[in-house]
Amino acid sequence: MAEKTCELFDCGHRACGGCGAALVARLVTKAAGKDSIFVSSTGCMEVFSTPYPETAWKVPWIHSLFENAAAVASGVEASLKKQGRKEKVVIMAGDGATFDIGMICISGAFERGHDFTYVCYDNEAYMNTGIQRSGATPYDASTTTSPPGKCSFGNKRQKKDMPAILAAHGAPYVATTSIAYPADLLQKVEKAIATPGPSYVQVHAPCCTGWGFEGEQTIAIAKLAIETGLWVNYEMIEGKVTKVKKVVRKPVEEYLKTQKRFRHLFKPKRQDAEIALIQAIADKNAEKFGIDIKLPPKKE
Amino acid sequence: MMEITEGSHAIAEAVRLCRPQVISAYPITPQTHIVEALADFVANGQLDAEYITVENELSALSACIGASAAGSRTYSATTSQGLALMFEVCFNAAGMRMPIIMSIANRALGAPLSIWNDQQDSISLRDSGWLQFYAEDNQEATDLHLLAYKVAEDHSIQLPAFVCFDGFILSHTYEPVDMLTQEDVDKYLPKFNPLERLDAADPISFGMYATPEYYLEFRYEMDQAQKRAKDVIAKAGKEFGAMFGRDYSALIEGYRLEDADTAIVAMGSVCGTIKDSIDEMRTEGKKVGLLKIRVFRPFPGEEIAKMLSHVKRIAVLDKNISLGAKGATVMEVRDALYGSSIPVKGYVLGLGGRDVRKRDVKEIVALCEKGPGDQFYGLRKELI
Repeated sequence: MAEKTCELFDCGHRACGGCGAALVARLVTKAAGKDSIFVSSTGCMEVFSTPYPETAWKVPWIHSLFENAAAVASGVEASLKKQGRKEKVVIMAGDGATFDIGMICISGAFERGHDFTYVCYDNEAYMNTGIQRSGATPYDASTTTSPPGKCSFGNKRQKKDMPAILAAHGAPYVATTSIAYPADLLQKVEKAIATPGPSYVQVHAPCCTGWGFEGEQTIAIAKLAIETGLWVNYEMIEGKVTKVKKVVRKPVEEYLKTQKRFRHLFKPKRQDAEIALIQAIADKNAEKFGIDIKLPPKKE
Repeated sequence: MMEITEGSHAIAEAVRLCRPQVISAYPITPQTHIVEALADFVANGQLDAEYITVENELSALSACIGASAAGSRTYSATTSQGLALMFEVCFNAAGMRMPIIMSIANRALGAPLSIWNDQQDSISLRDSGWLQFYAEDNQEATDLHLLAYKVAEDHSIQLPAFVCFDGFILSHTYEPVDMLTQEDVDKYLPKFNPLERLDAADPISFGMYATPEYYLEFRYEMDQAQKRAKDVIAKAGKEFGAMFGRDYSALIEGYRLEDADTAIVAMGSVCGTIKDSIDEMRTEGKKVGLLKIRVFRPFPGEEIAKMLSHVKRIAVLDKNISLGAKGATVMEVRDALYGSSIPVKGYVLGLGGRDVRKRDVKEIVALCEKGPGDQFYGLRKELI
């Protein structure tokens, strides 16, 4: 395990109070340690951590563009290899940069098999530009480009299955985790870094500003996502699911009602049919990954 | 040693001798022979480099940024649509001050799709901060790669550079080229020694964002570096001349210009044709000369104004067009001669691979003597 006491993502950055992405940066740099080079895509994390001439990164860090972090990392890795250097290459990118605009660069880099760890901090929309939907936005979530209205309940699609896409590229290590479980996050990032070749870790990172909740609720909400089955923490080694976080599931409503992005499902009128559809998504996740802990029947 | 060889082969050989440590490229006509040759060199152990076969040009240049930042000499090559796909990355590479060298086998941009030569591709990136060199023949195309590395990597410059040569006309043509030796190239071009690099032992941040309090100064610094490059090119070009016998210290070159009444200004392979037609016109008693632009960025405006101060008229040939305005070169030349009474006339020609022959050059000289400029030359009237 990494030296848990080292802080390589400094305080004084400009993230909102209660920012999930800032926690990802802090935990991932901890897991990676100082002998690593970080590559960021454009996005919230890049902006709140590096307003010139200040930087929060105490590891070498490079940002080029929105879509090209995987390609930049490919070059960094090739250069280190050529020089016989041993630093580890870690990419930090948001869900927009990963699920959408960076998809070609990611596919190319994973297919070529560069030795890097790609960490996606998934806050389920374009937060830096003002909460627009991305390919990671969940079903029915309200964003500024998927607003609910007379003809809409919000985002019309479910999240794209990025981990499966990258596993299909032959990535030896793919994992999902959440800021609500820091030990799990640290362990998975360490494992990803230790695995030769391209690995992928997708971290659920609630955004208080974009999702509409108070900053002190970030961890509780991340935890509820797991407990309702709307987010599943799992590991895929060589394409096979090997480890899944099991839960005693709660109804999805408990998660949905904590966030303004789902408020239209409850007010002015409760939308039972839509809530049932979201419950069905969680049920499907539970079945697919086998997350349900079966409690013994209660004694009469 | 002189060798009759294809332009692309001579260029690939020169790149090999520059010892790039990371190559990242995507195939596109007419650049392909270069990247194929480099792949062969790596496969056969003739070049000890990491060769990244990327999935598109955007990634080709992005990988070069990463590799350059990590401390490696990097190389890429592209043209036309590929360069257009790199548009965003080009501005970024220059802004991040990465001394990447990229060969451009100049080609037209679609639509309509054309694989043939003009210079619209690299000219369209004139504002990106890259140094831009243009070759007249394969010898120059080869040599300019060494010069480009030397200038780009100079600590007072740190800007990327295009080495441009006309697609097919040069890239696929066999000409005698003086092939350099590794020993000589090593003497001319020292190992890459970046000022700063990504290094766990000394962590720094590359590519931060700048608020309005800082951005303007970043652009100013880049512009200053471009301007400093004139002197650095002069020095590196002279050094090249001393070592290899071909002096590239001047950003522009005159041909039979000293007593010329009409000066033609041009860039790239068309200069060879122009020189031949000037020789013929001279025997007919016409006092015509050529000003060849070898370096388009930094733009040698003062040098051009000085070299053309005595002529009666100037015909500027542009293998590009800023649609709705004029060719890029004529606008720059006219700006350089602002305040002078010498008429500067622009001719857009050769777009999409239309041949420019000696008789075309003569016709343009005749047009320039008589009529107005700022026109397309060689239009097929029956198609319009």
